[in-house]
Amino acid sequence: MVQASAISLPAPASAIPLREILPWAIFAFAIAFVAMYLVGFEEGAWTVVNSNVVHEFVHDARHLAGLPCH
Amino acid sequence: MGSLVMRGMLAGVLAAVLAFCFATAFGEPAIEQAIAVEEASAASSHEHDESAGADAAEAAAPVSRGVQRTFGLAVGLGVLGVALGGVFAILFALARGRLGLGSDRVTALVVAVLAFTSAYLVPFLKYPANPPAVGHPETIEARTVAYVGMFVCSVLVMTAAVLLQRRLAAGSGAWNASLVAAAVFVLAMAVVGWGLPTFSEVPDAFPANTLWEFRIASMGTQLFLWLGTGLVFAALTGRPHAPSR
Repeated sequence: MVQASAISLPAPASAIPLREILPWAIFAFAIAFVAMYLVGFEEGAWTVVNSNVVHEFVHDARHLAGLPCH
Repeated sequence: MGSLVMRGMLAGVLAAVLAFCFATAFGEPAIEQAIAVEEASAASSHEHDESAGADAAEAAAPVSRGVQRTFGLAVGLGVLGVALGGVFAILFALARGRLGLGSDRVTALVVAVLAFTSAYLVPFLKYPANPPAVGHPETIEARTVAYVGMFVCSVLVMTAAVLLQRRLAAGSGAWNASLVAAAVFVLAMAVVGWGLPTFSEVPDAFPANTLWEFRIASMGTQLFLWLGTGLVFAALTGRPHAPSR
């Protein structure tokens, strides 16, 4: 029974080595950090760009994404 | 690996298009109602309230409502979609062949559900999304720090729960290991949520229906973003990399 179910399952996909993932992970998380900051946090609790334009432009997306806005 | 990340970002953009359609249909009406409430209360308290000055400044904002609810919403969700798509691809690459799920499509779906749960749903349960007019400007810093704290804890505990599930699965089987990991996640996040401060800042006069509609629309928008990314990614990736039977 155990053997039968082992045969009927598809072979597990090969894992991608962590070494190969790491540089892309840094890339993706860096983009995500900047994007989440600009859409989610700029001119709310913190300010880097020091203009209300970014905050106001993405205002509705920030509210709907569930982030504290003002 | 690079092509996985590009596919993830493409899936994220397509998911953002779906999320934008949903948000326009179901989120924007609630935002407009909330802004109407905000303006009415600002007008009524104009003479004695200092915060009316801040509201007036916001009314004279550099970006009009017409732009905010169309291009602004689209660009905001699009940027989030690209970002989430890239992160999703990394999570998928880590999960593929390591969660014991076999199929790439199932892996993509499971990753999307776990990411939605830990990155949005659980923080939302403690700090639900608020429409305009809800929340005091003077507590924005405390609320943001608390939200980020809840978010970081939720993501870290989810990561730990998945690792725990993998460790237990060898001995107790995948089903029981998943139950234990889920219970650990729920318990740990209940404790974290219990320990973090609560903010009750909904004005007494704010219509409950508008608040409910806005929060449900927020959840729907995030569902479209995460599950949309996962399902589009699965459609793009499932076939070429499908494991041989």
